Amino acid sequence: MSATPALPLRVRAEILLRLLGIQGAWNYETMLGNGIAFAMEPALRRLPGGRGGEAYRQAIARHSGYFNAHPYLASVAVGALARAELDGAPAAQIERFRVAAPGPLGSVGDRLVWAGWLPLCSAVALVAFGLGASPWTVVALFLGLYNLGHLGLRIWGLHAGWEHGLRVAQALGNPVLRNGPPHVARVLALVAGIALPVAAQKLLGEGRVWLGGVLAAVALGALLVSRLQGRFEGWRLAIYVLAAFLLYSVVR
Amino acid sequence: MLPELAVDWLQLLPLAVLGAVLGLDVVSFPQAMISRPIVASTLAGAVLGEPVRGLWIGAALEFFALESMPFGASRYPEWGSAAVVGGALFAMTPDNTPAAMTLAALAALVAAQVGGLSMVALRRWNARLARGRQAALAQGDGRAVLTLQFAGISADFLRGGALTLLALAVFSPLRVAILATFTFPNTLSRAVVVSVASAVGLAAIWKVTATTHGARWWLLVGLVIGFALAGGLG
Repeated sequence: MSATPALPLRVRAEILLRLLGIQGAWNYETMLGNGIAFAMEPALRRLPGGRGGEAYRQAIARHSGYFNAHPYLASVAVGALARAELDGAPAAQIERFRVAAPGPLGSVGDRLVWAGWLPLCSAVALVAFGLGASPWTVVALFLGLYNLGHLGLRIWGLHAGWEHGLRVAQALGNPVLRNGPPHVARVLALVAGIALPVAAQKLLGEGRVWLGGVLAAVALGALLVSRLQGRFEGWRLAIYVLAAFLLYSVVR
Repeated sequence: MLPELAVDWLQLLPLAVLGAVLGLDVVSFPQAMISRPIVASTLAGAVLGEPVRGLWIGAALEFFALESMPFGASRYPEWGSAAVVGGALFAMTPDNTPAAMTLAALAALVAAQVGGLSMVALRRWNARLARGRQAALAQGDGRAVLTLQFAGISADFLRGGALTLLALAVFSPLRVAILATFTFPNTLSRAVVVSVASAVGLAAIWKVTATTHGARWWLLVGLVIGFALAGGLG
């Protein structure tokens, strides 16, 4: 691979903006595919012949097919594939990368973001709510914290992908990605443990007169939802419970 | 019927626009999680001049949302538009009205379920659209890529707006009828919502921490600290 060529700031900014909409045409057949081509397109205009040239058309055709990854870590693939195209890497090599990359980019992102960072930020916001923070403090805390990780990951991914090209697997060995998920999960467990009673007591307000019943219902309900795991989700069950409660109150 | 519960239908338009924007955020653009209930309901409450009430129902819905994260191709509830519905219904109702929280939470959960189904339909529609452009894509037509992307984003925006409007149109009058005939005290209504939401939230965290060695001990430590803090605050 040649020395890292420069990608103008304007092009990087345009790719980053498009990365925010990478799932705009998400579907069950090509999944993220069209989004990958959409995000790469500003870089592909720099291929010999420019927009509409032979190299541009071949690249667009290649990258609009099936692709799946975590939406934030797809930035790694976009950077790597854009670099490979502009370096003139063989089509077969690019295709191998497109087949191999989705697995790790999906699983690392799911564990780090969906099962770690997002619920952790929710828990922090719930603690702030329970401690009496104002609405705008809670909202700013949640959005600021979450998007620090979200945007940071997208920007890092694009940079790492562009820097390493098709050898970007090294970048996925980054300690944050390799060791981050279990650490985030432990912090999440601690903060969520604090958040649940603190936020619940705030929500309960004068309903604290029912505290004994609430604690028993939470313990039994959590046990039931855990047992039903994979067969019936708790939020769906909640629809029936709340509807039955309203109905009973109205008809009794 | 309680006269103070009457709906100002002009309020529904800005709420529908908010629902469209936040529904879009769930997956299509920009996935910055402004669609999470704790944010979305607060914003809906703020549109009606009641951000505090929006935050309260948003916090309750956030417990439910802990259970369903937007993992790839899995089917999940759509919280953005749904939380606008819940936030608006709770903010429209005067403080300490019995059943207000129960009804707002129920409406949001139903809207989230319908929203999830509408996202599945949208994804199928996106696939049909992509199939129709397959020849252009195979020839490397960059405009076809842009068209598909913007069509998907625009349709998702409309989906979120329509869902919000529909849910508010159904639940606003229903709310008036139910609140007028509800017979339990407000304290019990809240206790039921908090119990159900906390049970779902606790089970969700229990599940998430299952795969990490030692994480459940951290959860237990957190619960001890949390109960101590809650006791002090109560």
